Amino acid sequence: MFQQSSMGTEIYVRDAADPRKAARAVEDLVGGWRQRRLAWALAWLDTRNRYRGSVFGPFWLTFSTAVMVGGLGVLYSTLFKLDIRLYLPFLAVSLLLWNTINQITAEACAAFTSADAIIRQMRLPYTVHILRTVFRTFISAAHSLPLIALVFLVCGHLPGPEAFLIVPGFLILILNAIAGAFFLGLLCARFRDIPPIVANIMQLAFFLSPILWKPELLEGGQAWLFLNPFYVLIEVIRGPLVEGGVPLRVWAAAVVYSSGVVALALVFFVRFRNRLAFWI
Amino acid sequence: MAFIRSQEMTVEFPLYHLGARSLKKRLLAKSSSRLRDDANRVVVSALRDLTFTINPGERVALVGSNGAGKTTLLRCLAGIYEPVSGRIEMQGTIGALIDPAAGMDQDATGRENIVLRGMFLGRTPAECEAMAEEAGQFSGLGEFLDVPVRTYSAGMSIRLAFAAATLMSPQILLMDEWFLAGDADFLSRATTRLEQLVSDADILVLASHDMNVVQRWCTRVLKMDQGRIVVDLPVNDFFAS
Repeated sequence: MFQQSSMGTEIYVRDAADPRKAARAVEDLVGGWRQRRLAWALAWLDTRNRYRGSVFGPFWLTFSTAVMVGGLGVLYSTLFKLDIRLYLPFLAVSLLLWNTINQITAEACAAFTSADAIIRQMRLPYTVHILRTVFRTFISAAHSLPLIALVFLVCGHLPGPEAFLIVPGFLILILNAIAGAFFLGLLCARFRDIPPIVANIMQLAFFLSPILWKPELLEGGQAWLFLNPFYVLIEVIRGPLVEGGVPLRVWAAAVVYSSGVVALALVFFVRFRNRLAFWI
Repeated sequence: MAFIRSQEMTVEFPLYHLGARSLKKRLLAKSSSRLRDDANRVVVSALRDLTFTINPGERVALVGSNGAGKTTLLRCLAGIYEPVSGRIEMQGTIGALIDPAAGMDQDATGRENIVLRGMFLGRTPAECEAMAEEAGQFSGLGEFLDVPVRTYSAGMSIRLAFAAATLMSPQILLMDEWFLAGDADFLSRATTRLEQLVSDADILVLASHDMNVVQRWCTRVLKMDQGRIVVDLPVNDFFAS
C-alpha cells in the first residue's frame, strides 16, 4: 500500500455561515497549478483520443490550415491586389491564431460540463479542468507551427529583432485563454444556451476582425481597430512576427482587456465556485 | 486523529433541468409575475439539518431507501458538495469510492488509467508507474492491462476500477456499495483487500442496501429518510430493534 505522503493530516471545514469564498477560490487556483502535470497528462490523452486510429492525427489540422492558407492566399491577394509573398505570412499567422482563439472559446464552454463524471466523483481543484482545456488547445495549435515556418521560408519572410515581443504577446494570449475559459465554463455550466450564442458571436467576429483582410485596408478606421478585442489579441502576436511591431495603443488595449477578463473571471469564480458541482 | 463533525448541515439541489436552466426562461421569468418565477425554480432538499459526529474507529453504515440522501451525504463528506447551511468539519485524508467508472478514460489502456488515477491523487509519475504494476497484478487483468478500457467486459472494468480506486490508504474511507459486483474468484481477493483498506482507515462510511454487508463491516448504523437521519444506533441495537 502507498502512504499519503504529500498530504499529511488534512483538515477540511465548510461552514455556510462563514463561506470564505475568496480564500477558497485562491486555494483552488493554487491547487490547480500544483496539479498542472495532471492537467497536462489529461490534455495529451484528449488529443490522442480525438485522433485515435487516424494516420496523421492532429496533423490533419495542419493540412486543413495549409489548404485554407493556400486557397485563400491566392484568392484574397488577387482581390485585395496584394503581393502574395507579403500576404501569405500574414494570412498563415492570422489563421493559426484565429483557429486557436476559436477553439478555446468553443471548448471552454464545455470545460466543466464535459468533466462532470470527475467533478461528481472526487474533490479536485476546478482549475485543473480549465488548464486541461487550455493545454489541449495549445497542443493542437502547436501542430501547425511547422506550417508557419514553411510559409515564412517559401516567401522569404524573416521577422526582425522585434519578434521577441511575441513573448509578452503569448503570455497575454494564455492569460486571456485561462480567464476566458473560467468565465465561459461557469456560464455554460449554468445556462445551457450559451454555447450556440458564443459560436454565433465567434463567426461574426471572424469577419469583423482583420484576419483575412489587412488592417491597412480600413484606412481611416485603422486607428479605431483597437476597440475590437479579437484584433488586439491577434495583433500582439502577429504584429511582432509579420508586421514589424505592434502599435503602443494595441499594447495598452491588451492590458486593459486582459485585466477586464481576469477580473470578470475572478468575480464569477469566487462567487459561484461552490455552486458548480450542483450545476453539472 | 480523524473525525467527522456535522452541525445542522443542509444541502439543497436546484433542479434547473425542469425549468430555470435555459436563458430564455430566466429572461422571461424576470419580466413576469413572481409566482411564475417561483414556479420555475425547483429545489430539492437533499440533506436536512444533519447533526452527527463520527469518531475514530467507527464503521458507519448509511442505510435507507433510494433517494434518502445516502450518496449525497457521501459526496458532501468527499468535499464535492458544499453545505447550503450548517457546517461540516473533518480531519484526515479522505478516500472516496463512489462511482467506480468515473474518471476512467474509455479510450486509454488500463495501465494508463491507473497512472491517471494516481495523478488525480497527486502522486508523482514514478509512484504512478509502481501503482500500475501493483494494480495490474492485483486485478489479474494480465495482458489486457495494455488494451483500451473500451474493449473490456463489464466484469473486467469493475476489477480495474476496484484495483485503481483502492490504491490508497485514506484515514477516512467513503464507499458506495458497488464493490460487491465481480466474479467469485475476484470477490474473494477483493474482500481481502477491502479488509486491509478498512482496517487501515480510521473511519469508514459505507452506503448500503444490503443488511448482510452492514452487519459484517459496520459498528454503527445511520438510517436516512428523505434527507434526515431517523435512526442512529450501534449495529447490534439496530438489528435488535
